[in-house]
Formats: sequence, structure tokens, C-alpha cells
Amino acid sequence: MAAVKEVDRVRTIKASLKKQERQLFFRRFFANKLMVMGCFIFIVLGLIALIGPMLVSYDPYEMKVAERLNAPSGEHWLGTDEFGRDLLTRIVYGAQVSMGIGLIVTLISSILGLVIGLYASYYAALDHILMRICDGLMAIPGILLAIALMAALGPSPLNVIIALSIVFTPNIARIVRSSALVIREQTFIEAMHAQGASATRIIWQHIAPNTISPLIVQATFVFAEAIISEAALSFLGAGIAAPDPSWGNILQAGKLVIFKAWWMVVFPGLAIVLSVLGLNLLGDGLRDFIDPHSSGKKSK
Amino acid sequence: MNHQTNRTLDPILEVQKLKKYFPVTGPFGRLGGIKGQVKAVNDVTLKLYEGETYGLVGESGSGKSTTGRTILRLTEPTGGKVLFQDKDIFQASKKEVRRLRKDIQMVFQDPYSSLNPRKRIGKILEEPLIIHTNVSKNERRERVFDILEKVGLGMEHYYRFPHEFSGGQRQRIGLARALVVNPKIVICDEPVSALDVSIQSQVINLLQKLQDDLHLTYLFITHDISVVRHISDRIGVMYLGNIVEEGRNEDIFAKPLHPYTQALFSAVPRTNRGGKRERIVLKGEIPSPLNPPSGCMFHTRCPFALEKCRIEVPQRKEMKQDHYVACHLYE
Repeated sequence: MAAVKEVDRVRTIKASLKKQERQLFFRRFFANKLMVMGCFIFIVLGLIALIGPMLVSYDPYEMKVAERLNAPSGEHWLGTDEFGRDLLTRIVYGAQVSMGIGLIVTLISSILGLVIGLYASYYAALDHILMRICDGLMAIPGILLAIALMAALGPSPLNVIIALSIVFTPNIARIVRSSALVIREQTFIEAMHAQGASATRIIWQHIAPNTISPLIVQATFVFAEAIISEAALSFLGAGIAAPDPSWGNILQAGKLVIFKAWWMVVFPGLAIVLSVLGLNLLGDGLRDFIDPHSSGKKSK
Repeated sequence: MNHQTNRTLDPILEVQKLKKYFPVTGPFGRLGGIKGQVKAVNDVTLKLYEGETYGLVGESGSGKSTTGRTILRLTEPTGGKVLFQDKDIFQASKKEVRRLRKDIQMVFQDPYSSLNPRKRIGKILEEPLIIHTNVSKNERRERVFDILEKVGLGMEHYYRFPHEFSGGQRQRIGLARALVVNPKIVICDEPVSALDVSIQSQVINLLQKLQDDLHLTYLFITHDISVVRHISDRIGVMYLGNIVEEGRNEDIFAKPLHPYTQALFSAVPRTNRGGKRERIVLKGEIPSPLNPPSGCMFHTRCPFALEKCRIEVPQRKEMKQDHYVACHLYE
């Protein structure tokens, strides 16, 4: 019976500790105003992408020639495009494409980058091979590499994801590797060797958790960059092909009528700027939030 | 404490002619060829008897930590043998070595970097059990509670993170991690030198108590003569990768034979002010192990160096029962 009581006692201790930790977490989180703002923008845009299509009343593909290039009004809040489609609807559907591609690219390159970075840091021979490949990929400017890949693969949403993942994986792998190299030299890793732990256990249980925080910070920046790159690809006609809406190709269509219909460039541009701003604020804030040593003042 | 009885027994661990050289390479790594070798450990021979504490002392750079780490094969040896349970650890396969690590554990110097900052204490202490045994989750927890209590911590610490502990407490956790799998030998690599003096004595007393309770054998590596005098049964004095003198605690402190040992011991501050004390001050620095002196390693700084010392490497001689010295002055 005594043992049962002991276990209960330990459980209550655990619960109260968890509560304390949670309180501290929220207090620190809300102390950073810019990060909260970035987080808010990001959540709002995410919600728009998720449930926005259910709220708008127009069809993003239906053309009404009579209503081409109408200025913003009560009926069309953000105006209409050159085929008479409602711009708000197009931008909301575009959010789904842009944010979706950004998210998937971020996930794929984070996971690949984590695996590559961890194994490269642990096995010296693998390090030379993997890092030289990464160097090669990083030597080519990101957008140029993406365009070249898109030219080779052909324009489609899947190929945009593949091309951008190839562009951003080396970034993440570098970040993970550099922090893993630091962790690897710490005594607790040597202690795990002395315990007889296997390489897999050391890599995934001991090195990986300590590289997650820089990885998360980098992932938010990759997310922002992926959105810009996708927009740039679509703008250049190498990404999402026309009738499908994407912020980039709405912008491109707007470029042709920029003097007649300012709303065609301003609103999709604003959407891109807002999402990137939100993600950068979030990333900057997370960096300070996760690393208590860095001072909050030095954000760019 | 009971080495008299152990004299009839075989040693539990025997280190024979252990060598560890680190290659020195140029700016192109190994591609540019090896420029030289740092002879960190050069011909170390020692025996550990069951239940004793063997103190390995020497100044920094003398190779004492490397000796400890090489015995566990945390770095690959250059030569020599380590016999444990009739098996040469240096010949064992990677898998066998991992199994052996259950019996030979290690406690590290730095209590701050030796615990994973992202893991709770409970997880840290359960991990060795997961690696080496297949006991159930509940039993693992029981054994962790048990060991926490043994090292003077409580089960309320089970869910805490390492950063919530002081240095002394962390060192207790490091000790608990080494002991939770019931090892036979614990290699203590300067376990107290990063701690406050008051905490040092606590941890040392704990080490002694645990040794009695759990029948442990310690290889105690330190540069602190007072600590080694307090805790050791036998002492080996290292200089530049060699053991220059070895003997029982009483013998070696009563009559240190090797000039280096004499100099080392004379540098220890003493509490009785009246007593006459002769301080032997050595000239110069410890020579570089990259280019060690010929003959006796110590001849460059030895106040009694003979012509012979520069040419011939002194052999280990037994001067008294269990008291060995490697010096040409005792022929």
C-alpha cells in the first residue's frame, strides 16, 4: 500500500511541476509582443486558408466578362480581375495554395534536413559526401535553382513542392549539423557512450532533441521563403499555372493592367507581405524565446 | 581498505602496457600525412583489486584522464591490454564492449555538461537500465527511486530537469547513473574537482559509503593530493604518460621514493604551521608529450638527475612489498 501512496505522491508532484512550467511558458510567450503579433498574423492567414473558401460566396473560376476589372465595392470587396472573377475569392483560394505549398515544403525539408544533418554530424565519412552535395546546391542561388528544376520537371503544384524542398533542405541540414556538432562534443554524449548506448539511440534520443530549437526557428524562415519563392515561380510562369489561383500568378495578371486596376497588384502583394512578415516576426521571436541567452534587442 | 586480504586474489582489472598516441596532422588533416604523435599514455601498467580504491594522480597533461577513457575504450588504444574477467577489452568486438560497459562505469568531471539538459532525471537514470536490462517500466522506476535514495536524493527529484540542481546534486545524479546498473568497477574521472570544497567532502564521503554498501572498485583519477590521500588504498603517480611510482597509501606518503613524487607531495599545503617542511620547487614546465625527453621522462626537471637518466629508460622495481618505483636512483 505504501508503494501505491508513493506513486500517487510522485504523480501530484509531476502535475504541479507541469502546471508551473506551463504558467512560466505562457508568461514568457506573451512578454514578446512582436512574436505574439507574428503568431497572430500567421494564425489568421492559416485560418483564411483553411476555412476561407467556405465563407466566400463567389466561384474562383467563373468568368463574367461584363464585370471585368471592377474597382473594390460593396459587392466585390477587393474588386474583380481581368476576367470578372472576384479578387477576394481568388486571394482566399490562393492562400490555400501558397500556404499549403509553404507548409509542405517546410515539413519535407525540415525532416530531410534533420536526418541529413544528424547523420552527417555523427559519421565523418558521410559528412564529407552529404555536405559537399549541400555545398553544391547552396552555391546556386535558390530561386535560380528552383526555376531550373521547374523547367526540368514541368509546372505543377507537386513539382513546385519537389523543387522548393530541394532548394531548402541543404539550409536546414547545415543548421542541424552545426548544432549537432556542438552537442556531440558534450560530456553527456560521452557518458552515453560509456553507458553502452547504440549510435541510433545517441543520435535520436540525445543529439536530436537538442537540435530541435534551432531547427524550429529556421523552419519558420524557410516557410516564409517558400511562400515568396512559390509566388516568384508562379509570377514567372514556372509555378502554379493559370486558371488555378496563387498569389504569384494573380500578381502577374495584375502587372499587365497595373495602371488600370491597382487592386490587382496591391491585394495579392499585401497577402504575400503579411504572411512573410508574420512568419519572420514569429521566427525572430522564437529565436529569442527558445534561447534565453540572446538579448531581445538585436532582432533585425 | 582491505587490500591485505585481496593480495591472494587475482586482480579484477589488469592494465598491461597501455599506450595511447594521438596523431598530429597538418592543415589538410590526414591527407597531409601525420606530422607526429602526442604520447598521451605511454606504457601504463596497473592492477585493480576487488573492493579497493586506486588513486591515479598527476599534474594536468600527465595522461591520467586518457588512461581512464582508454580503459573503457572511449578512445581507441594504440597498444597494450586490459584484462577484465579473463577477457582483453581491447580485443573485444564493439558489441561485447557495449555489454562490458555495464560492469565498468564512469563518473565524469563536469557535472554541468554530463547530463542531457532536455531530459528529466528519471529518464536519465532509467536509460542505462533500458540499454542493459529488460526489466519492466515499473521495476525500472523502483530501481531509480532506490538509487536516488542511495545517493542522497529523493524521488521528488524524479521529474526535474538537470538545470534545477546544484553542482553537487548533479554529481550525485551522475553517480546514480553510473551505479544504477550495478557495475563492478567505477572509473571516477576527477569527480570532485569541479565542486566547492564543502561539497567535495560530501561527495567523497558518499563515494566511500557507496563503495562499502555496493562492493565497488574505484579507479580514482585526480590531481588533488589531499583527496587521493583521503580516499585511496593504493596510489599511482603519473608523469608524462608513465606511472613513475606506485604503492600503498601509507607507504607512499610515509616515504615517497621518486623525486617527482617528492616534489609533488611537497607542494601540498599543510595545516600544522610549526612543522618543518621542505618545499621542492621544480624547474621549468612539464615537457611536451609531442616530443618527450629521452631516457627517464623526468630527467629534464629532476634535481638528482644522473648521466644515465638521459640515456636509459628506468625500469619499474619493487622496493618494498607493493611499492614500485621507476627511477635510476634506486639501483
